[in-house]
Amino acid sequence: MIRFGQVYKRYPGGHEALQDVSFDIAKGEMVYLTGHSGAGKSTLLKLVAAIERPTSGSVLIDGHNIRAIKREAIPALRRNIGLIFQDHKLLFDRNAFDNVILPLQISGFDHREAAKRVRAALDKVGLLSREKANPIALSGGEQQRLCIARAIVTRPDILLADEPTGNLDADYSSEILNIFKSFHQVGVTLLISTHDQSVLQRFPARALHLDHGVLQQGTAA
Amino acid sequence: MKRLREHFHVLQTTLRRLWLTPGASLLNMTIIGIALSLPVGAYVLLKSVQQLASTVADAPQISAFLDAGKRDTELSALKEKLEGIERIAKVEFVSRDAALQQLQQSTGVSDMIGDLPHNPLPDTFIIYPKVTDTAAMEALFQELQSWKQFDHVQLDSAWIKKLDALLNLGRLATAILATSLSLALIAITFNTIRLQILTRRDEIEVTKLIGASDSFIRRPFLYFGLLQGLTGGFVAWLLVSASLWLLNGSLVNLTQLYASDFLLHPLSWPDSLALFVFSGYLGWLGAWFSVSQHLWQIEPR
Repeated sequence: MIRFGQVYKRYPGGHEALQDVSFDIAKGEMVYLTGHSGAGKSTLLKLVAAIERPTSGSVLIDGHNIRAIKREAIPALRRNIGLIFQDHKLLFDRNAFDNVILPLQISGFDHREAAKRVRAALDKVGLLSREKANPIALSGGEQQRLCIARAIVTRPDILLADEPTGNLDADYSSEILNIFKSFHQVGVTLLISTHDQSVLQRFPARALHLDHGVLQQGTAA
Repeated sequence: MKRLREHFHVLQTTLRRLWLTPGASLLNMTIIGIALSLPVGAYVLLKSVQQLASTVADAPQISAFLDAGKRDTELSALKEKLEGIERIAKVEFVSRDAALQQLQQSTGVSDMIGDLPHNPLPDTFIIYPKVTDTAAMEALFQELQSWKQFDHVQLDSAWIKKLDALLNLGRLATAILATSLSLALIAITFNTIRLQILTRRDEIEVTKLIGASDSFIRRPFLYFGLLQGLTGGFVAWLLVSASLWLLNGSLVNLTQLYASDFLLHPLSWPDSLALFVFSGYLGWLGAWFSVSQHLWQIEPR
């Protein structure tokens, strides 16, 4: 599903964010991406979502090579990827329901069908009773869950989460990881970046460890 | 069906956005409306004057006024002589009595004429030439002027030419006005959309991240430009129609004194339709320029 082959990412100014990164994530796998901050976790996720392109090497997402993908083909690729951001990127000019329905509007869903799916997604993350609330009125954990609802409402094949438990206490982060696990059980491919080692202990899964842009030996299997 | 629904949805949200910022929306519409009403008003004025000119005279003619006291035989001989000239199509004789009668009927000066001790008008031949080009007309005019039977010869096409030249000048001025104010409309829309893009930067970035195509992001801005142009056009239509109504009210008083029924014609339906299509298109165009200029700058990082 996700295949990196000798990927380098160099930023203008010479900073090497990723060096010779190669790995393979099979369809339906749940994988952690660990490392200190600045190790290149966010850069790696951006390459998967085609937000940035590799300097060299190949990034294959469901058969599409990000290095060569045409600009016009990126939206269709992203519609199959659910993105969960550390800073949530919610829109504060509309309520929770309208935030979650946005991806379905982009895909051109019939409003009634879309509303059903939005409620199902909100129910899944436990926010059904808050659908009329403005995101600004939600707690940090609730905002994170709303962001997850928006990412899953289109039922994508791949979910990418950038530090989803970053600022949350243990209870909240367990809640969120339980949600992720349930997606894993229905066959969604998950790539979750985290610097929190306790998460790995509570919900063990394969982990890719990055150190200064280099993938550590033994984790790439 | 799916596409139609998407467009309908965009139209709805755009209308809501216009509705939610009534102050800014009204201001923009008024500015666009005033900008458009100037060339439209000038166009209406020109069209009315043109119509008046075309009813007054369609073919140039030469009037030849005779000395008083010509006998009937002399007159018919002169008429035959004129009709014998190759370059003349038709000759019409207007006797001084007929001319006086006409004058009494056509204007409100009958009282004044009734007071005159005798008829001051001369007998007149109205000559319609076959030739229409200026040089040939001039030659014929010169020739008739040299005839000593005529007291005075007058080329009636001269004032029409002047009017035509004036109308052409007016047309050119209107075209320049229309062009520059159309550019202004495009600029106004360009700027409005630019500000909208800046204030909705987050939204654009997020929608790009969750897989919106360029056309999906562009669409609401294009609709906004189109609607703003269209409503501006409607404001212009209202302004021009109201002004014409007011002006015509006063014109009636004025033209009665000149025994004319000259009125400013209201905008015809085809003209109104053209105004709406044009203003909507210009708004769309301004939005399109703005979007293609600014949208690519917003890329998620």
